[in-house]
Amino acid sequence: MTKTIKFRVEDGIAILGIDVPGQSMNVITEQFTNELEECVDKVLADDAITGAVICSEKPAFMAGADLRMLGGLSAMAKTATPGEIFQNSVRLNRILRKMETGGKNAKDLMRSKTKPFVAAINGTALGGGFEIPLACHYRIAADDGSVKMGLPEVMVGLLPGGGGTQRLPRLIGIQAALQFLTTGKNMSAKDGLGFGILKALAPRDELVEKAKELAKANPKAIQPWDEKGFRFPGGGGAMHPGSVQTFMAANAMAQDKTYGNYPAVQYILSSVYEGSIIPMDLAVEVESKYFTRLIVEGQAGNMIRTLFVNKTAAEKGARRPKGFDKMPTKKLGMLGAGLMGAGIAYVSAAAGMDVVLIDRDQASADKGKAYSVKLVEKAVSRRKMSKEEGEALLARITATDDYSKLENADLIIEAVFEDRALKADVTKKALAVTGDDIIFASNTSTLPISSLAEASSNPENFIGIHFFSPVEKMPLVEIITGEKTGDKATAKALDYVQQIKKTPIVVNDSRGFYTSRSFGTYVMEGYAMVAEGINPALIENAGKMLGMPVGPLAVGDEVAIDLSYKIMNQTKKDLGADYQASPGDVVVDTFVEKLERFGRKNGKGMYVYPEDGGKKYLWPGISDHFPRAAEQPTVDEVKTRLLYRQIVECARCFAENVLTTPEDGDLGAIFGWGFAPWTGGPFSHMDFIGLAAFVAEADRLAEAYGERFRVPDQLRDMAQKGASYYPAGIPAAAE
Amino acid sequence: MAEAFIYDAVRTPRGKGRKDGKLHEITPISLATQVLEGLRDRNELDTGLVDDVIFGCVSPVGEQGACIPRVAAMNAGYAETVAGVQVNRFCASGLEASNMAAAQVMAGQADLMVAGGVEAMSRVPMGSDGGAWATDPAVAMPTHFVPQGISADLIATKYGFSRDDVDAYAIESQKRAKAAWDDKRFAKSILPVKDVIGEVVLDHDEHMRPETDMQSLGALKPSFAEMGANYGFNSVALQRYPEFEKINHVHHAGNSSGIVDGSAAVLIGNREVGERSGMKPRARIRAYASIGSEPTIMLTGPSFAAEKALKRAGMTPNDIDLWELNEAFAAVVLRFMQALDVDHSKMNVNGGAIAMGHPLGATGAMILGTMVDELERSGKETALVTLCIGAGMGTATIIERV
Repeated sequence: MTKTIKFRVEDGIAILGIDVPGQSMNVITEQFTNELEECVDKVLADDAITGAVICSEKPAFMAGADLRMLGGLSAMAKTATPGEIFQNSVRLNRILRKMETGGKNAKDLMRSKTKPFVAAINGTALGGGFEIPLACHYRIAADDGSVKMGLPEVMVGLLPGGGGTQRLPRLIGIQAALQFLTTGKNMSAKDGLGFGILKALAPRDELVEKAKELAKANPKAIQPWDEKGFRFPGGGGAMHPGSVQTFMAANAMAQDKTYGNYPAVQYILSSVYEGSIIPMDLAVEVESKYFTRLIVEGQAGNMIRTLFVNKTAAEKGARRPKGFDKMPTKKLGMLGAGLMGAGIAYVSAAAGMDVVLIDRDQASADKGKAYSVKLVEKAVSRRKMSKEEGEALLARITATDDYSKLENADLIIEAVFEDRALKADVTKKALAVTGDDIIFASNTSTLPISSLAEASSNPENFIGIHFFSPVEKMPLVEIITGEKTGDKATAKALDYVQQIKKTPIVVNDSRGFYTSRSFGTYVMEGYAMVAEGINPALIENAGKMLGMPVGPLAVGDEVAIDLSYKIMNQTKKDLGADYQASPGDVVVDTFVEKLERFGRKNGKGMYVYPEDGGKKYLWPGISDHFPRAAEQPTVDEVKTRLLYRQIVECARCFAENVLTTPEDGDLGAIFGWGFAPWTGGPFSHMDFIGLAAFVAEADRLAEAYGERFRVPDQLRDMAQKGASYYPAGIPAAAE
Repeated sequence: MAEAFIYDAVRTPRGKGRKDGKLHEITPISLATQVLEGLRDRNELDTGLVDDVIFGCVSPVGEQGACIPRVAAMNAGYAETVAGVQVNRFCASGLEASNMAAAQVMAGQADLMVAGGVEAMSRVPMGSDGGAWATDPAVAMPTHFVPQGISADLIATKYGFSRDDVDAYAIESQKRAKAAWDDKRFAKSILPVKDVIGEVVLDHDEHMRPETDMQSLGALKPSFAEMGANYGFNSVALQRYPEFEKINHVHHAGNSSGIVDGSAAVLIGNREVGERSGMKPRARIRAYASIGSEPTIMLTGPSFAAEKALKRAGMTPNDIDLWELNEAFAAVVLRFMQALDVDHSKMNVNGGAIAMGHPLGATGAMILGTMVDELERSGKETALVTLCIGAGMGTATIIERV
């Protein structure tokens, strides 16, 4: 088997060149772990070797653990005992501990020290790829700005399990370390030097030489925390009076943000807290035990699958039909320069495309371009963009009312008012210039794509590309294929989404498609509870405690209640007798027809928006129209309703073939409407708790609150068969 | 079962718990020693009769560490046979010490006990002993820890007390404390504190601000608003109490208990020991109780403790003539009066910790003594003494004049 570490000795210094085969980026695999131990043993045993340098043979240093390994651990959680999983997770920690102590006991180490290990960091060093350098006695890094170091594990529901929760606080102090550990943010080489994590910076091609010199100059090394009288920077460990405030605040702030939904955050804090009171040997074992708990509890697997594995796959084109060459968009025709059109123009120009931004008159088109001007100014003032880049970006946007400028465009996106006649009109005008071979996309969020496609002489090339507002911030794009949409249109749309660096999902046509339809249930269930006289504060807090970004009533106000009203009435009209009324409808009717409280847009909705810009607060008048029920539900029941109502709708989308993969469903939910990310998405969540258990609870809710909680037959069948949405029901982290 | 009687109660005046406080130069062991000496001397007590000294102390570290009651007994020249034990029930430690002492007497395992407490908050600050609840993430997060000030504001939010309500209560506390001092109602118990050359450094409660009015209190900013908003504590509290949209921050230094130094001691024994040594019992301890309640709101425990003690004594709230509830925060007292329907005219009649301060480990013993004095002065029969306690506890003791 090809080695993962190229081992050689130069002038008595061992060089451990990490080069994991078959990977563009070094990752920690089981083979690597084995070979790291062999190398460490060799360095320690060979008297001719006086020190070692750990470097990378690839352009970057090392990313974290191989997700295959994590997938393996998750799989192990099904059969192995916590003790067995711990033995597996503690291995790297023990090897790194041997590396930094030379395998000596505390007394011997203090007396005779050990051979130095020096890390030469030539680029990205994340997760385990940062923890290995932290366990070295010295670290130096490339000075060319390519270095990114950090411990991002928390972002996928994990904790750094290679001593990161122990060494970082001992190097830079508890408070500073917690900021990196609990947010997962990166630091630059310059930051690392400032914190004292790095000994020096050096030009990339001199890194290894400098590291060798460092090893030669310091033949007897010891980590600061293994020296007698070691103290944490900025005071003591968790028992130091200064740390009391730090932990009190860190705990509360973590809970404020996580609502107890992300155990990894608590386990990181606990690893730091408990580990800071005990010696390093024991501290890393405690860290591994908390890591083991995360694996056993399993939630991290769901997050890794959706937030990392499936997201990356979607962005790389998992849903792209095969057989088409890349069709990058060079010139985009953007019809409609309102809020959405202006935003789409900006992100497209930012991705290097020429954009023709068309509206009914020049003034409206200019107004749309002004949006980009504002964003560019902001980016330049924040030094996110150079002045020249900004100017070039703006130069790529042509604001006009002249359709003839669409000539040579290779993609059209339409984002005019949600009015069939108007949409048909602009479609025809545009196609008259470009010809109907061009891929034509509509950004509609409410009108079925198949019906809009009727305005095109070539419906095969007609597709939906649904953006979220504000376009430049929202990460998801929902691609909707109509009845007649061809594969080429899908491939082209996906290529475009890749160009603007967003995450795509592909769904089939339906009223509200996938995201708007499912998201709407969150708001409507909130209104249903208002109608029942449930305390609005309880509803809002329950939404947030569930892990949604804001409560249903607050988000309803943002969307605008009168918009919900319009959509509701349009749906009623379209469906006629098939319309299924929601108990929340009466709230929408009352707020729009009787109260004219439309939401934030007119300064009054479920909330009051003080004119002086003061903090919004729930309108006390709600209970005048929907009297407070004498008996209030528990917050858990409110949470359950809000969660299940959304998931049931997602399951229906799957049963109705609006969704064709659970991956789309999970990604669309989390990145489209902020569905509780800790779950890994609605489908991951159903698999996680078990479909039978989910169906049983949904049935209970249906009996108690109405048929809207009734699961589709497909799900009921799956539950009966013991099936799951994802294969085998465990994270498909293998690829 | 034997009966437990209170034979005497003494306390130091309370000094401001700051560097410029009059008691800042006095060591906690000296404070504890002086109350033990005072108790002995005015009762001409044969200390060989004392079985044990139980003292509350909430930060038993540093110079308050290492079993301060035994060391204080030695230092005060008590008989060598007098043992000592320190207890910590947070703010009710001094009352808990008295209850434990009473329990030993009632159980027939001791004849005479000294209970009390000491806290030199200017020298050993609150929180000096660390502890898991506030800081250990594995405990703080699942149990929704918030600091007491947030809890007090949560009480005001939940039970509907406005800023004016709590401020008005605070002013009344100051007025009553001033009137009580002017009327020499504490004279019977106060032992002026002396320095190392024997000069009196403090003979009155130093923390009082009788000139306080609504206007001066109105100028104070709520103390816990910023902490609650910036460090996540409001959110933690609302996650436990999701029926509220926000926390109404009403407490500040002027309507919360003062940080002070002080010590107190209570002499508790059975009937025979009094008869033998010629002491007259002043009050009988009828019943007591401690209880735990919801820890995030934390400070509603007294009503539950009081109900438990009343039940044990076979009494109802109507049977209580005087109520004494430590004024940790104004809303704590307002909520208690609401819960048990107690008239303000019977509650904290001589003011409380908002005016005079709350030396954590000693307060319980101090206000027990205050009630003994007040029952005698007013000729009333029964009193209930209670304190709110960290982590949601409550302790209550019912006494009657004899």
